Amino acid sequence: MTTSMALDSSALGEAQAVRRPVRWHIAVFLAPALLVYTAVMVLPLVETLRLSFFQGADAQQAFVGLENFRRLLGDERLAFHFWNALRNNAYFFAIHMAVMVPLAILLGALLSLPRLRGSGFYRTAIFMPTMLSFVIAAFVWRLILSPLWGITPNFLQAIGLGSWFTAYLGKEPYALTTLGFISVWKELGVPMVLMYAAMLAIPNEILEAAEIDGITGIGQFFRIKLPLLWPTVGVVAILTFVSNFNSFDLIYTSQGVSAGPNYSTDILGTLLYRTFFGAQLQFGDPHLGATIAAMMFLIILSVVCLYLFFVQRRLVRYQL
Amino acid sequence: MNTKRLSISMLAAAAAVAAVNTASAAPVTLTIESWRNDDLSIWRDKIIPAFEKTHPDIKVKFAPTAPAEYNAVLNSKLKAGTAGDLITCRPFDVPLRHFQSGYLLPLNDLKGLDNFTPVAKTAWTTDDGKTTFCVPIAAVMHGFMYNKDTFARLGLTPPQTVDQFFTVLDKIKAEGRQVALDMGTKDTWEASQLAYQNIAPNFYKGEQGRKALIAGKAKLTDPQFIEPLRVMAKWKPYLAEGFESQTYPDSQNMFTLGRAAVYPAGSWEIAGFNKQASFKVGVFPPPVQKAGDKCYINDHPDIGMGANAKSTHPAEVKQFLDFVASKEFAAIYANSLPGFFSLQKTQVEMSDPLAKEFVGWRGKCESTPRVTHQILSRGTPSLEDELWVKAAAVVNGTLTPEAAAQQLQKGLDSWYKPAH
Repeated sequence: MTTSMALDSSALGEAQAVRRPVRWHIAVFLAPALLVYTAVMVLPLVETLRLSFFQGADAQQAFVGLENFRRLLGDERLAFHFWNALRNNAYFFAIHMAVMVPLAILLGALLSLPRLRGSGFYRTAIFMPTMLSFVIAAFVWRLILSPLWGITPNFLQAIGLGSWFTAYLGKEPYALTTLGFISVWKELGVPMVLMYAAMLAIPNEILEAAEIDGITGIGQFFRIKLPLLWPTVGVVAILTFVSNFNSFDLIYTSQGVSAGPNYSTDILGTLLYRTFFGAQLQFGDPHLGATIAAMMFLIILSVVCLYLFFVQRRLVRYQL
Repeated sequence: MNTKRLSISMLAAAAAVAAVNTASAAPVTLTIESWRNDDLSIWRDKIIPAFEKTHPDIKVKFAPTAPAEYNAVLNSKLKAGTAGDLITCRPFDVPLRHFQSGYLLPLNDLKGLDNFTPVAKTAWTTDDGKTTFCVPIAAVMHGFMYNKDTFARLGLTPPQTVDQFFTVLDKIKAEGRQVALDMGTKDTWEASQLAYQNIAPNFYKGEQGRKALIAGKAKLTDPQFIEPLRVMAKWKPYLAEGFESQTYPDSQNMFTLGRAAVYPAGSWEIAGFNKQASFKVGVFPPPVQKAGDKCYINDHPDIGMGANAKSTHPAEVKQFLDFVASKEFAAIYANSLPGFFSLQKTQVEMSDPLAKEFVGWRGKCESTPRVTHQILSRGTPSLEDELWVKAAAVVNGTLTPEAAAQQLQKGLDSWYKPAH
């Protein structure tokens, strides 16, 4: 009986397949994006992961299993650099979360005030740095902060804080924090626009209802607008996380390949570059470099998964 | 009519191809790979014409790459078999690796090599000393350049000992008009090349100390290698405010603008400083520990030239290399590029006073290349790259000389096991 049923259903399936023509256009329309994405993203990623399980020069590559990972985490020197970079990266991300997100919400809230004059100008001005290349941003800030020719020492002197100035980018305790602020300055534009858009999307009826209930001003912001912004904050957080843990250009262009002083600004991206391509007299090690890249991929993947499964589900979305 | 036009254009194309073929068949063209794009005009206008005059059947093309990309670009070109016929060699391990991979030809049968001292050839000879694979072209030297006007105003003479060095700096600092010592640690390599590699040979006694380190008989934690770091740790009060953020171009500008008095220098600065400084520049060798000590100077072979094993014109390549090894070439090169010194046995007559001063030290002091470049930077971590970071930290005052030396030796020990 079961066999006859199976036969029946397969016959039914065949009949349906015959009736419905193959929809080639779907494949054709998907092909360009799929091919390009596979060629420039998926294949390099797979090749990177493959490299991390091998050792040896081009011709005599040998599969070594997890040996590279064991070395990265087991070898005293490599482990020091890896954890140092990971710690710095986490700190770099923390600066963004602590400074950039509140700032983006604040600016979004200010810009969406109906009576603010010249809001278009501010919006453009604050968005400007986002459009700059990192090379230019790093160069400009190096000049601004230069103790020899920069404007910062004189500026701080003029407002009576001359003693606060020091070689911010050259001293171990300050360099990474300074770079974090520069990065926030540069990256602020997109989160600000996202927050701004989310605030504009709040219907006036809700705010009017709140006013009727006696909630106005600051209270209105904290009790009505902010809860409606949490999903956007979540998106900004995860985007910032991914971009921070892939970050490389700002540190490389302002601090050089060894992420000085004394590796205090070394993040995973610069460590990967230095290991993969080598530095002055250091020959590169593509396999160990690929191992670091694989670790970066794992870290980002696991955090994004955690976010998707545990955080995003709990964010309350209101039907507006 | 259409077909007619087509056939005419095809004929024309065929004729053009034929013309190109016959044109290229006559003289052989050799291409030079180099990172010295600054020297393009000197090669094009002076060196190559001098060669082509005596070798009318050979044309030479100088095709440089940006310095920072040279190693990577050359590597892939050699692998792909598309590199030029003549390869400009960096010193020590990079070209050695290329030779061992079969990309460079051995040059032992090149007669011109006899014009060079064995020390000059070490940078481009295998570890066993048997095979040379690049013709030495030029070395760079280290010392301290100073503002002669400042020294005249304060009645100072160039210091000879470490103590005198600090006395001179004290006097400049006390006057307060200029920064005494002009170096930054932002780009880190200055602390290694312009500070440590500059002053250290006087402490570890040049070749003797360098060879002991390579043989494993000395360690970086020995006093002769730590002492220079201790001296550098004392530089901090004489450097500019905020020197931790001072870059290499910053230092160059500070000196040529007259805002700093003493500049730890490489001889390659001569041409630029001659052009930019409005005052007289002088130079003194790295100070010795006690008056009367023998002096050692860092005289680092920097540029050589080898033959691509895949070149289709090996005979012509040899002819050009013979020219590179000749006295005529050395004279043109050393005088067009003051600060890049010939490595030949017989001294080349030079016109630049600063360059003469530098080269004069070769007579009374012993030469030695940079200590980290031969063998000791082959593994991971490379000693050279580590020294950049640690030397900068020592000058910054964030790392003690002792700790820095220990970290450097530990990094070296992790991969380098010298045979006893």
